[in-house]
Parts: sequence; C-alpha cells; structure tokens
Amino acid sequence: MSTLSDPPAESFQLSQLLNDTRYRSYTFQFIALILLILAMAWLGYNLAQNLAAAGLNISYEFLGEPAGYDINQRLIEYDSQSTHWRAAIVGVLNTLLVAVLGCFMATVIGVVVGVLRLSKNWLVSKIMAIYVEIFRNVPVLIWILIIMAVFVAILPQPRDFRGDDPAASMVLDLFAFTGRGFYLPRPYFTVEWASGGTGWLVVLAVLVGSFFGARALAKWATATQEATGQRPTTWYFTLGIWFVPLAFVLLVMGLAWDIPALKGFNFQGGIFMRNSLIALTFALAIYTAAFIAENVRAGILAISKGQTEAAASLGLRPNRIMNLVILPQALRVIIPPLISQYLNLTKNSSLAIAVGYMDLTGTLGGITLNQTGRAIEAVLLLMLFYLTISLSISFIMNIYNNSVKLKER
Amino acid sequence: MKTTLMLGAMTVAGLAAGAAAAATLDDVKARGKLNCGVTTGLVGFAAPDADGEWQGFDVGVCRAVAAAVLGDASAVEFVPTTGKTRFTALASGEIDLLARNTTWTFSRDVDLKFEFVGINYYDGQGFMVPKELGVSSAKELDGATVCIQTGTTTELNLADFFRTNNISYEPVPIETNAEAQPLYLEGACDVYTTDASGLAATRAAFENPGDHVVLPEIISKEPLGPLVRHGDNDWGDIARWTLNALIAAEELGVTSANIDELAAGTNNPEINRLLGTEGTLGEMLGLDAQWAVRAIKAGGNYGELFEKNIGENTPIGLARGLNAQWTDGGLLYSPPFR
Repeated sequence: MSTLSDPPAESFQLSQLLNDTRYRSYTFQFIALILLILAMAWLGYNLAQNLAAAGLNISYEFLGEPAGYDINQRLIEYDSQSTHWRAAIVGVLNTLLVAVLGCFMATVIGVVVGVLRLSKNWLVSKIMAIYVEIFRNVPVLIWILIIMAVFVAILPQPRDFRGDDPAASMVLDLFAFTGRGFYLPRPYFTVEWASGGTGWLVVLAVLVGSFFGARALAKWATATQEATGQRPTTWYFTLGIWFVPLAFVLLVMGLAWDIPALKGFNFQGGIFMRNSLIALTFALAIYTAAFIAENVRAGILAISKGQTEAAASLGLRPNRIMNLVILPQALRVIIPPLISQYLNLTKNSSLAIAVGYMDLTGTLGGITLNQTGRAIEAVLLLMLFYLTISLSISFIMNIYNNSVKLKER
Repeated sequence: MKTTLMLGAMTVAGLAAGAAAAATLDDVKARGKLNCGVTTGLVGFAAPDADGEWQGFDVGVCRAVAAAVLGDASAVEFVPTTGKTRFTALASGEIDLLARNTTWTFSRDVDLKFEFVGINYYDGQGFMVPKELGVSSAKELDGATVCIQTGTTTELNLADFFRTNNISYEPVPIETNAEAQPLYLEGACDVYTTDASGLAATRAAFENPGDHVVLPEIISKEPLGPLVRHGDNDWGDIARWTLNALIAAEELGVTSANIDELAAGTNNPEINRLLGTEGTLGEMLGLDAQWAVRAIKAGGNYGELFEKNIGENTPIGLARGLNAQWTDGGLLYSPPFR
C-alpha cells in the first residue's frame, strides 16, 4: 500500500458524526439505542406508577405459600399443601418431559420423512409430501385438540373393561390402552437395598459400563482390521457385553413387574402414561417433524450431485452413499434450523392446557396466577423459565453444531 | 425482545385503561353501551340463543343495569370470559361489570381489588357422575378421575375435600365447560365437578340427562355475584342497588306485569320510593327517578328472572332453595330502600 492513500492525521470535529460516513451509522445506532432505552424506561415507569395507583405491588411472597391445588402428573413429590414454587417446578419438569420426548420423536420422524421425500419411488415421495404439507399448514393447537379428541373417542374407557363380558380387554393381560392413557407394567426390585432409587442407579451404571465396553471392542475390531485387513466377527461379543451384566444385576436385585389391574374407577398399579401427555407429545412431534423433514430435505439437496456420483463411481451402494457421504455433509446445513425447531416445539408445549396437561403454563401461569391474582409476577417468572429452557437447548445444540460443522483451518 | 416489549406495552396499556376508568358511569354513558363480562356459554346463566341473543340469569343482571343506566336493556356488549381471563378483563377496564357466576371470596375482594356488589345466587360445589357407576356419595369416589374447570375456586375446594376425607383422586384440568362435556361423556373422567347450578345446567344440555346423577354432597359455599373494580364506589352503588331493586321488587310483589300500574303510585311508601314516585333515590345514584322501573321491566324481578332462566319449569330445573326470599325461608334479603 502506498503512503498516498493513508489519510492525513486530522482533528475530529463534531459535525463528522453526521457528515462522515465512517461515523454516521454509529451516530444513528446510538440515537436508536437511547430512544429504545427511553421507551422501555417510560413503559416500566408507567407500569410502576399504575400499579402503585391501583394499590398493587410487585411481590413474590406468594411463591412460599401453600398452593392448595392438586396436579395429576408430577415427577417429584407434590401435594396440595406444597408451595406455589414447588408447583411451578412440577410444571417446569412436565414441560421438559414433553419437550425432550417431543424433540426426540420429531427428529426421528422428521429425518425419515425428509429422506423418503427424496425417494425415487413416486408413491412414497408423494405421500411424504402430502404429510408435510398437511401437518405444517394446520395450526398446532388444532392438531393437539384433534389428536386428543380422537384418542379419547376411539380407545375404550376403563368402564369398558368391566363386567363379565367386557367390551375391551387388556393386551396380553399386561397392557391396558384406554382413553385415559396407557397403563404399562412397571419393573421394580424386590431386594431391599435396591428397592429405592439405588436399583436404578446400579442399572444405569451397568449400562454406562456396557457402553464403554462395547466401544472398546469396536475399537479393537477396527485396529485389527487395519492391521490385518480382516474384521473379526464381534456381534455376539457386543450382545454379551450389553446383556449379560444387565441380566445378572437384575437377577441379583430381584426384578419383578407390577402389572396394572382394574380396581375401582381406574386401573391401578403399573406405569400410567396420561392421555394428555401422549396426545400433546404426539401432536407436537408430528407437527414439528413436518418442518424438520423440510430442513433435512433442504440439507440433502444442498449437497452437490457430484458427491453422489463420485461416491457411486467408487462402488458404494445407495444406502452407504447416504450414510457415509451425503448425511454427514448435510448435517451442517440441517442443524442450525433444527435448533430453532427444537425451540419452537418447546415453546409450543405451552398449549398443553388445551388438553389438560399441567405444564409450566398450566401451573404457574394458570392456576397459581389465578388463585393469587399475581399476574405480572407470574408472567415475568414464566418468561424467565422459558427463556432459561430455550437458551439451554440452544447452548447444548450449538455445542453439537460446532462439533459437526466444517472445520476451517 | 420484541415480544417482551409488546407484552410490556400491552400490560401497561391495560393498566392505564384501568386507572383512567375512574368514572365508569360517565364512560358507559358516553359509550352508550355497557360492557358486561359473562361466561363463554352456560345454558341458563349466560348463553346465546338460536338467534344469537344472549339469554340467562346473569345476562338478566347485565340487562337490568344497562336499562337503569342507559334506559335500554339491549345496550349491552356481552364479553365472554373464561375462568382465567375474567379478572384481567375487569381489572383492565375491558368490562364495566362482571356477571359470570363468580364466587365471592376474601382474596378476590381484598387482594385482587374488586368489589362484589351482592349475591345473586347462593351455590355450592357438587359432583355429577353417570348413574351406571352406582355411586351414591362423594366419599365413595376414591381413585376417581375428576374433570374440573381450571382457574376457579372449585380446584381448591376439591383438593381440600379429598384431603380431608383422606381419599385420592386424579384431577383433569379443563379450560371451559364446553370442553369438559365431551370428556365427561366419553368417559375420560368419572366425575365432573363444578357449582351445583352449573352441573344442573350442564346436565340439561346432555342428550340423556336422566343417565347422570348429581351427588348429594355440597362441599363448599359458593356465593355467586356480580362484581366491579375497586375505586369507583358510585358505579359499585349503581350495580349493587340495581341488584337489590330486583330482589326487593320480588319481595314487594312488583313484577314486570304490574309495574306500570304500580309506578303510577301506590299506598306502599317503599314501593313508591323504589319506583321513584316518592323521594329522590335515583338522583342520589346519579340516575333519574325511573331507574328501578326500567331495571325491573328489562327482565322482570329476581323471581321472574329465576323462573324464566333456571327455575323448575326450565330444562335446568333448579329449586329456589337458599335463593328464596328471606320471608320464604331463603337467604335473599335486600336492605331497605329509604
């Protein structure tokens, strides 16, 4: 660069803020920022003034008072004498449960549909196109309501299982599928030391151990293959590593099954999956899956056709081309929009009250808000909870995104 | 960020409206319409009929107030509210009067800053079950699945009742009465619980009302009444005394049939004061002398409203019970008009 193009050192003048293109944008951004802050301050001041005028104050004391209402689905201990704070936490956990189950299901369905939509089979690709268009173009609330209504209407109710000649019966005498939800056998441990949560911790530890065992085995197999060109047959070892320790531990702890049975009004015992949870998760999953399918399709189409042709010329079969060449590259395109779909699903779960599922909006933003009348406090807290959940999902997914994205060195 | 801003703006706008509406009477007069909050649809209490006209017992209160204030019983804008939205609607000034079978409780009156102007229906929470279940008492409901309208006092009563009796239940929260009906009929819940009057009204809308029984236990006191915001006592007085006028009219034998005749003047000074031929009661309220006459003419006195909308000759079929005049052994007791 020649010295001629260097600007002479000049003194800064105030008029440059407007006239000089180097500073002008900063000036306007600064003015806009000040205006925004003033507007927010004005709104906040107004709010405080009006609350004071109405004799109301912002106070979170209600969180420590007994809630007084019951919640049907609780992942932690809760009864009507627990505090409003605990009720909110029960709601948060219920929201997270739906979000995790929904995201998982939506991803599986979405990836399958997205890939199948590109199928060469005309019928398959058209069916998938119809699925995507129907599900993403009808509001999710409608889907939640329809699925719940269908669920309640077509499945038999507990009363149909009653009597000498019941209209419905349990599948294999183990599972009961009713309009109120699914009743499944529940495993539990009869040996005393394992009967609490300890048993499950042991099972978890064993599974983690098996996972690393299986990984070490696969590593050894790859090393052998690289050294000798022959991959040893390991599938029965892998199977053994997964199942033998598990079976042994379960046997030692005395695994038994609690099978649901009709007693009184409802089935008792076993695991109860509520109709509202199933309907909500399913509706959110198939709705979001339609969007994810489009992301997947877009990701795959973004990979140049030359990649497929090159892989084919190396003699790879179509499935291996997809798994080894196309999808790993497509993931880089797919994951960023996938994060927003996960966030959407999580936020859409706040429609849960439509089917009577007690999520965060149902407990803190619903009954607590109503019974205490603390609308502003409850809504602010609600926003904080959702913000935290969404940012956490975003954070985790971004870590994953960074691990798969193109490494530029 | 944008949502936050919007929400903040909306909240503030709502609150500003609430604060600005100090003189509700002037606002209503200027608008020429009374904004009255009612249910989203509970036959007998407030529901649109086949022609889209709102009908019902609570609607009658709205119309009476509109007739007293504006001279036109049809000058009412009915705003359907759910259990969750009703208090926000009233506090924000969206509605001037809430007549939506709302239970008068301490915290609503004191903490939420509302003013209950009276009680137009003495109710209590009950249970409805299908007859085929063979249940005869609420104490036999151990383990039952109970459908319940969320955002109401019934949730708390229910929790208390089952806790006191040491029996378990599974609550299914539902947003509106209309959503609860199919769930209950399909059998997704064994029991439907709400105020006994609401149960009767809901059952009346069923295809086979006879297949369902309302259990004898009444587990709570639910004094239902219209309410207004704190801070405008003049408007509260108008609503309170319009309701009292309807109740007093029944006690004094003033009906929509004989009111024209009585309004010409009678030997009973209390009737004269009520109907404005004697004294200046209307003026004290900031209305004219004929206010009560119009209120009573709008739908009849309390007894007529009751019989027409929810009485024993209607599909709802509620007996007067506690809602009879104090002279007949009920709890209805209007303070004197003097």
